Amino acid sequence: MVHLLSLARACSRFLSIFLIILAASFSAQARAQDSEPVRIGFMDPLSGPFASIGTSGLTVLQFAADYLFNSRGGILGGRMIEIVPLDNMQSPTETQIQFRRAVGEGLRIIFQGNSSAVANALNTAVTRHNRRNPGQEILQLNYSAVDPILTEENCSFWHFRFDAHAVMKLNVLTDFIARNEDIQRMYIIGQDYSFGHVVAETSERLLREKRPDIEIVGNEFHPIGQVKDFTPYVTKIVASNADAVITGNFGADMVSLARSIIDSGLDIPIYTFYAAYDGITATLGADGKNRIRLVHNDSANPIPTEKRKQFYRDFKAAHPGRDVTQPRLAMALSMLVQAMEETGGTDPYELALALEDMRFTTLSGEEVWMRGSDHQIFQDLHVSVMTDEGIEFDADNSGFGLYTEHFVPAEQTVMETSCEMRRPRR
Amino acid sequence: MPEVLVFATLNGLVTGLLLFMLASGLTVIFSMMGVLNFAHASFYMLGAYFAYSISLYFGYWTGLILAPLIVGVLGALVERYGLRRVHQHGHVAELVFTFGLAFLIEEAVQFFWGQDTKNYQTPDLLDFPLFTLFGQEFSAYRGFMLTISIGIFIGLYQVLTRSRVGLIIQAAISHPHMVANLGHNVPLIFTAVFGVGTALAGLAGVIAGPVLTTFPGMALVLGSIVFVIVVIGGLGSLPGALIASLLIGLLQSYAIAANVGMPELLELLGLEFPRSHPLDDLWTLNLAQIAPVLPFLLLVLVLIFRPTGLMGKREQ
Amino acid sequence: MKTLAAKWGLWGGYLAVLLLLPQVFDSILAISIFNQMAIAIVFALSYNMLLGQGGMLSFGHAVYFGLGGFLAVHVLRLMEFEAMYFSIALIPLIGGLTGLLAGIFVGSFSTRKAGTVFAMISLGIGELVAASSLIFTGFFGGEAGVSGDRTFGPPLFGMDFFSDTDVYYLAVFWVFVSTLFMYLFTRTPAGRMANAVRDNPERAEFIGYSARWVRFISFCAAGTFAGVAGGLFALNYEFVTDENLNLVTSGRVLLMAYIGGLGFFIGPIIGAIILTLMNFLLSNYTELFLLYLGILFVLTVLFLPRGFAGFIMMHQAAWLRGRLHGLALPYLLTGLPALLFILSAVCLLELSHASEPVLHFLGLSLARDSALSWAGLVLGAGLGAFLTARSTPGLRRAWEAANAPETRGGRERAS
Repeated sequence: MVHLLSLARACSRFLSIFLIILAASFSAQARAQDSEPVRIGFMDPLSGPFASIGTSGLTVLQFAADYLFNSRGGILGGRMIEIVPLDNMQSPTETQIQFRRAVGEGLRIIFQGNSSAVANALNTAVTRHNRRNPGQEILQLNYSAVDPILTEENCSFWHFRFDAHAVMKLNVLTDFIARNEDIQRMYIIGQDYSFGHVVAETSERLLREKRPDIEIVGNEFHPIGQVKDFTPYVTKIVASNADAVITGNFGADMVSLARSIIDSGLDIPIYTFYAAYDGITATLGADGKNRIRLVHNDSANPIPTEKRKQFYRDFKAAHPGRDVTQPRLAMALSMLVQAMEETGGTDPYELALALEDMRFTTLSGEEVWMRGSDHQIFQDLHVSVMTDEGIEFDADNSGFGLYTEHFVPAEQTVMETSCEMRRPRR
Repeated sequence: MPEVLVFATLNGLVTGLLLFMLASGLTVIFSMMGVLNFAHASFYMLGAYFAYSISLYFGYWTGLILAPLIVGVLGALVERYGLRRVHQHGHVAELVFTFGLAFLIEEAVQFFWGQDTKNYQTPDLLDFPLFTLFGQEFSAYRGFMLTISIGIFIGLYQVLTRSRVGLIIQAAISHPHMVANLGHNVPLIFTAVFGVGTALAGLAGVIAGPVLTTFPGMALVLGSIVFVIVVIGGLGSLPGALIASLLIGLLQSYAIAANVGMPELLELLGLEFPRSHPLDDLWTLNLAQIAPVLPFLLLVLVLIFRPTGLMGKREQ
Repeated sequence: MKTLAAKWGLWGGYLAVLLLLPQVFDSILAISIFNQMAIAIVFALSYNMLLGQGGMLSFGHAVYFGLGGFLAVHVLRLMEFEAMYFSIALIPLIGGLTGLLAGIFVGSFSTRKAGTVFAMISLGIGELVAASSLIFTGFFGGEAGVSGDRTFGPPLFGMDFFSDTDVYYLAVFWVFVSTLFMYLFTRTPAGRMANAVRDNPERAEFIGYSARWVRFISFCAAGTFAGVAGGLFALNYEFVTDENLNLVTSGRVLLMAYIGGLGFFIGPIIGAIILTLMNFLLSNYTELFLLYLGILFVLTVLFLPRGFAGFIMMHQAAWLRGRLHGLALPYLLTGLPALLFILSAVCLLELSHASEPVLHFLGLSLARDSALSWAGLVLGAGLGAFLTARSTPGLRRAWEAANAPETRGGRERAS
């Protein structure tokens, strides 16, 4: 009895403390006013195993907001841009939690980039939320998730992609490979998950079309993030007599795979998507010189315009330990701001309409196009090689960086889409 | 296929012996103190990171000697001021403590060294191919890894079976109270064994760091595999740990090398299943895909059918 | 009579608090936290059935949570495509049944032994299921998981489940019912025997109970309620992924139960609330959130082996003797410097990790490059540590005085 009573008292005391904490944390609700900052969410892993890529993106976005807009008097007649970090730890579950937080805090625009699984989860959550809460819609600006499905079957009016999707990138990469007559036997290896599968299927299909004489001597999946030692896989690559490798690996899986290939003495080119920056260039730079190639949308070297060079230099001055890993964040932000200025506000529906079919000139002076029918951006694509020659802007302060070897102008990257977009009515 | 077989065996040996370096310390700790140290692989990671930092200033070889010592001292401190304190609350509390410690070390590593992959390279002295077989090089560094691991096994075995200290430890494994009654300082032995065990894990980290990549997730990748080895090998049995390590190393290596799976099996049985069947994932499964799961399957089977492990003498 | 009234009062109060919470805090954010807490409470309580009451340390409890969630979300999908007619309110039951079935299967071979053998089997099963969830993408949806829409069921009491608030009220029902049943379970012979088997399996066997059978029953019950929690998760987030059944989730529930206090029925509830709050409040303000969580966890294991609930219950003796007020001042004298130490230490960690040149913390603006702010923080931390160390003996004396048995010369109660 006494036991229970004291339990009840303990409970009530605990609850009262808890209520006070809650009350304190929720009293500060955001109210939109003209002079108030424009708050934009940035949802990516900021802690946990994938944090390095998220934090580097956040740094670039925050720098771009300050450098391009806040230091020049803000936007929409004097409002500042405030980037609100939302840490989803690259987990679809945590993404759901953070999405609710974003809604609760009144954020209406969310940048998100890493992992297609997360982007898909967010896309579903945003679509559902917008259907159930008309007038409180949320806009998803995807700067890096490349699963084609986001602008094909699952395309949404509320989702915009500011990066070329995997098939577009592979189209460019396989074009580049097809020109190399030395390549006769190709080995494809990737992480056993959706992006890895897209890379495997698409590159096999495209290589068949472009170079039927190339033999695909291996198409292998390995468990994501669980392989201690890639040597057994490399043994298979060696045994297959492959003379080139394609992989969509990222993070530690990318480093370990490339390391093992190099250590085995196998001197063949490795075609990749994510083999640079965040410590990867520093680790692989010297050994990977002229062997590791990367398909991406921003030329890191040479940089065509003085404007963008200055952006890089000022970024380096502010963050000496970091790199402009994703310059398209600056582009996406600038396009968003242009849409805001055009519509004179921050209403997601109006912004989405303004972004559709927007043509925009980036810091590098190239014109990009956001296609209205599926919300996919089109821009120049580059295949770069990892080297230390001709590098003005290196990665990881290692002296090594990416140098463009091959480039495809935006109009040649345009692909058909199967998107049947459901447009909300106002 | 012979070249694949030869290299799969070599790779399996390298991985297996590396696992053994971790497992040897853990199995002695486990059998003496009854603690399954969840943080053991975290000490392996600490070894790699310390060695990386030291190698930046004093070169690889200084790191090879210093880093395991630092890790060993850390381990001894953890035993003295952490585990011993928790010990009075029972085994569950100890297990939970090491579990929390593993979590804490991973976060601390990210705090001090950041989340990036570290550029920890093999020493120049060993940066050459030891031999080339069927067009694939076997690096001298891997040979070095093999030599060190085998050296550790022989050394440990000699110490445990021949030296006075080893005899006391062996006695403490089976009859801790009796050893204490004979006037030996059992707590001190515990601290020392824990220190040496974690130092071995640290050493494994130092030599594995350059080839297996030094990054904050490296403990997680190895973490639970090491327990599997200790449990499969049997309590307190060094040879058991060696056999289990090699078994798991080779098993994973062969599973990856073998290009077989359900499709081949079904073909052999003359069965055919339509694609787009709900169980499609099962019919298209291949051995390489499930390689990382095999140790856990083995673990569950061993625990169900032979709870003493392969070479263990008493139940856990 | 008084006992019964207090009991009813306690449960009534519990229900009232659950029902009134969204009236007091009605922001979207608050509701979202409450939902998360509700799920965590059921999950942590179910874990306590294993570890706290049954003495079975499991590293794979998320398996039952996750499987329950997956089945629930698949039922949601069937409803969405009109292949099945079912009530949304009963979705957690689907999860519970799944958890029960999985519990019966795994329990049939894993509960033979407790202790390390059980722990290792649970780890093995956990890893096996987590790995298979990435291989069998047809059912588990790979790393993207499975998503279902909760708004396609028939409306319930006018609730269409468009908003999280509707889900909250449904969750309250399930949380209350689950808590009640789990509490009642501890009162049944099976629940009592679980404690006996935990403490001494041999003796339990001697009085005619099969330790294995008793463990099996606890295990299945724990699996069931974990499944219910999984079903609630599926309803709330409309998403279930492989993360919901992997080792991280299993570790998190262990953390909750342990920090809350294993020996007490209310412990896991406290743990679930603390961890959910910490997760939500801290993770948004600091990248070092997981580091703090690790430190908190290790410190709890070291210094509060019976968790927060145990810490509260430690004061029972002093409370009963009416001496709790004597502890207030010593607590304050130790607590304030300790707080100073903790805040300075946290500030030091944050400052050393700051990406911006100026760190704003608790109203202070600290420059990363100024030696002054570093020196101030180190001084604050040192002072806090020194004063804490100085005042601890006083606290210990006060504690002993408050808990000392009644002496003949002192105040004596009629007994």
